[in-house]
Amino acid sequence: MTDSVAGISGMIIEKLLANPKVPRDIDGNSKIVEDLAFDSLAVMNFVMEIEDELDVSVPLDKLADIRTINDLAGCLHTLKVAHA
Amino acid sequence: MTDIFAKHQGLREAYEGLTAASPRNPFEVVIERPISASVGIIEGRETLLFGTNNYLGLSQSKKAIEAAVETAETMGVGTTGSRIANGTFGLHRKLEAKLAEFFRRKHCMVFSTGYQANLGTISALVNKDDVLLLDADSHASIYDGAKLSGAQVIRFRHNDPVDLEKRLARLKDHTGAKLIIAEGIYSMTGNVAPLDKFVDIKTRHGAYLMADEAHSFGVLGAHGRGVAEMQGCEDGIDFVVGTFSKSLGTVGGYCVTNHDGVDLMRLCSRPYMFTASLPPEIIAATMAALEDMQARPELRTKLQENAARLHAGLQKVGLKTGEHVSPVVAVTLETVDQAVGFWNALLENGVYVNLSLPPATPDNRPLLRCSVMAAHSPEEIDRAVAVFGEVARHFGL
Ligand SMILES: Cc1ncc(COP(=O)(O)O)c(C=O)c1O
Repeated sequence: MTDSVAGISGMIIEKLLANPKVPRDIDGNSKIVEDLAFDSLAVMNFVMEIEDELDVSVPLDKLADIRTINDLAGCLHTLKVAHA
Repeated sequence: MTDIFAKHQGLREAYEGLTAASPRNPFEVVIERPISASVGIIEGRETLLFGTNNYLGLSQSKKAIEAAVETAETMGVGTTGSRIANGTFGLHRKLEAKLAEFFRRKHCMVFSTGYQANLGTISALVNKDDVLLLDADSHASIYDGAKLSGAQVIRFRHNDPVDLEKRLARLKDHTGAKLIIAEGIYSMTGNVAPLDKFVDIKTRHGAYLMADEAHSFGVLGAHGRGVAEMQGCEDGIDFVVGTFSKSLGTVGGYCVTNHDGVDLMRLCSRPYMFTASLPPEIIAATMAALEDMQARPELRTKLQENAARLHAGLQKVGLKTGEHVSPVVAVTLETVDQAVGFWNALLENGVYVNLSLPPATPDNRPLLRCSVMAAHSPEEIDRAVAVFGEVARHFGL
């Protein structure tokens, strides 16, 4: 389930929905900062949780280009493929 | 024309929300003047200072004051130049030699602030081909140095050797240099880093290790060399960075190391080169404060006793503090409104502490950051604890 961008995106959404403060209607196109009201620290801390799941580390400069959940999934997928 | 300040709208709203709910602006506290290390005049009242970084009380050291006055009278008040041009006086060299000797290291570079020591050391040591592994709760100066360096930045979980090792293992095919950075004592929570464990890990994985002992220099270790000395792992720490602005009570920063390669850092570290060097009276005061600190190890003993007294006292009145007994004791509260109310009430009752709000705090909760000094008397600590207890009861905590 975590070997495709869509699979990773679904996993991210599932993890996000475990937090009651996150709006219920999010999807892959939701913007992490604007739609989820995450500040930069919250984004970094959330990414740490997914890193463990996928056994990758996301360098901070990569986070700068990420706006949506799908962007994040794409980035994680690229790292996972490179690492495999 | 695009409004250049439009980007601050979110910040403005947060700021206005916060200041509207607070009888005074927490970012604009004025200490009209200190009357001793532990007492200052705030809003016309004598106020107990429990939110400084003056751990040994040396900002008021007689010897440091005399050294500053005498040096200002004989050498003037500034250098007007960079360390690599006209800004190195004999005194700068002397302080570097003294610090190298104190830390038992071959080399020392002095910077104009601790912030610049981090910026200047990190940005000179690594570049885009390298990887930095930073403790997630690192100080802003470490994050900023990382940005300036252009290196890849990977965060590991706060004080977590297992997480660090996992991340290093993922980097096993990386060809660039790897630099791990951790602090000694964390400034917001008082947590102490497991530097000894990080040394084991860096050795196994062929990485370098830098420790920022800003809050532990002069505070921990039998001689005050910090957490690395306390944990007996100094040989495994490649670079130690720190500041004079806390235990020594002046201003400025340093990096000490045994690596000969740092000689050239003086010619490529931009935060070292492109700023004026410290004024001579500051260097003289810093040297005198360092001598004072070495001559009076009892200050460290007193500080530890005071830390234990404050920590136990705050726990006894039912407040939530960190587990480490260190000179920084953070009281964790749940909501920002509660923290702002609590902080104002403390100040109105004569106790100043630091109000620390997310995102500058580790886990998104507000903190009342208290710090203790060797200069506090037991009565002053008990008084502060009593005020904390009264305010907590008032707020139903
Ligand atoms: C961990 C840490 N490093 C560096 C600094 C910067 O030191 P300075 O105040 O000398 O710039 C501080 C304090 O602000 C700090 O807490």
